Amino acid sequence: MSVWAWLTDPANWSGPNGVPTRTWEQVLMSLIAMAIALVVALPIALVLGHLRTGVLLATNISNVGRAVPTLGVLIILASIPSIGVGNTAAILALAVFAIPPLMTNTFAGMASVDRDVLDAGEGMGMSPAQRLARVEIPLATPLIVAGIRTATVQVVATASLAALVGGGGLGRYVVDGFALQDTTLIVAGALLTALLAVLAEGALALFERAATPAGLRSRQAQSHASIADAVG
Amino acid sequence: MPPAGIVVASDAANPWISWDYVTSHTDELLAAGREHVLLTVSSVLLALLVAFPLAVLVRRYRVLMGPVLTTSGVLYTIPSLALISLLWPVFGLSPLTVVLALALYALLVVLRNTVVGLDGVDPAVIDAARGMGMDRRGILWRVEVPLALPTIIAGIRIATVSTVGMVTIGALVGYGGFGGLILSGFQQNFWHAQIFTATLACVLLAMILEVALHWVQLRSAPWARGRTS
Repeated sequence: MSVWAWLTDPANWSGPNGVPTRTWEQVLMSLIAMAIALVVALPIALVLGHLRTGVLLATNISNVGRAVPTLGVLIILASIPSIGVGNTAAILALAVFAIPPLMTNTFAGMASVDRDVLDAGEGMGMSPAQRLARVEIPLATPLIVAGIRTATVQVVATASLAALVGGGGLGRYVVDGFALQDTTLIVAGALLTALLAVLAEGALALFERAATPAGLRSRQAQSHASIADAVG
Repeated sequence: MPPAGIVVASDAANPWISWDYVTSHTDELLAAGREHVLLTVSSVLLALLVAFPLAVLVRRYRVLMGPVLTTSGVLYTIPSLALISLLWPVFGLSPLTVVLALALYALLVVLRNTVVGLDGVDPAVIDAARGMGMDRRGILWRVEVPLALPTIIAGIRIATVSTVGMVTIGALVGYGGFGGLILSGFQQNFWHAQIFTATLACVLLAMILEVALHWVQLRSAPWARGRTS
């Protein structure tokens, strides 16, 4: 069967192994993983960035994160008896890998706020809490949101590996395809996986724009996370 | 082989850390390591071979910059599982499938750093070179590239470290270096020692390459040594 025939076959668009179900599984895994990662990373990075301490931690965590193979962590988690194979192992692995970009970007965002601006806030009679909520965090938002974008796109893409440890998601087609030596299934699954990742990137780019305070939008182009990420 | 008859038993019978495993499987680990290094180096070199001329080209013809960066950005977004699977029907179960997929990933980082590095050269220095009678080729190779080298090498470093991690996905088509051991350990009854050792070896390899390339990066800018920047 050709890939096009597979993709347009209504049978592949319904039921527990249908494209909508598998897509939703992947999106849901990603959302849960992002929620966990945000809860863990944001408070720590906001505090460290506000106090401007822990630079070493914030920069090293992303280097270490890059060095650890996702497949290894995923399979280690799935091999822990109390976690076991399936979506839980995948969600935990995704959360682990979402933490470094969130931490480094949030930290960088907070640490990049001009001290003069904070002084001006104090001069206007703002309390420390007001300065944090009305000056520091809003000014750090572009980088924080860029970090959320980078992490989410990475999580949605990586969620396709869940199928390797018995989980769901669109990677299921690819892994099953390799097991069955079914080229159509492999290519159709790979195309859908790629499409979802590209769509996620587009959606998150729109989110980044919408979530950035209007006054900071012109700076956004320069402070895009992936650019800050390279050139190291 | 893992302890027989144990599915997901106590950690005592199936330890995560086992020196016994390392000593009894040294050959396997070394072979996987060799494959891992080879796949990583070929992928990054291929990326560099494509990225460098591309960087020079988009700097000369600025209109190409947007499309080229967007294309490599989209390639970078595609999950490695999908990219390897899409190349598989064409190149089969071969190292080439893995190397091409990983090179396409490394491309964005290497390309962007090369462009940023070349763009970052002080125009006054280029003016001086021109004043000395250098042609475009001379300026590129004897002025711009040497000055941009630290940034280019930084890109190679970042790409290399991420490639080390992604090589493991190549296990899907039988060429994943340590990834092959990770996956087969998983399929052989959750063989903790093999999974953990191979993962750790992968991290170690990434760290060694990171430190080595960082050293090269610093050496490539002798003028900046001793300066705090």
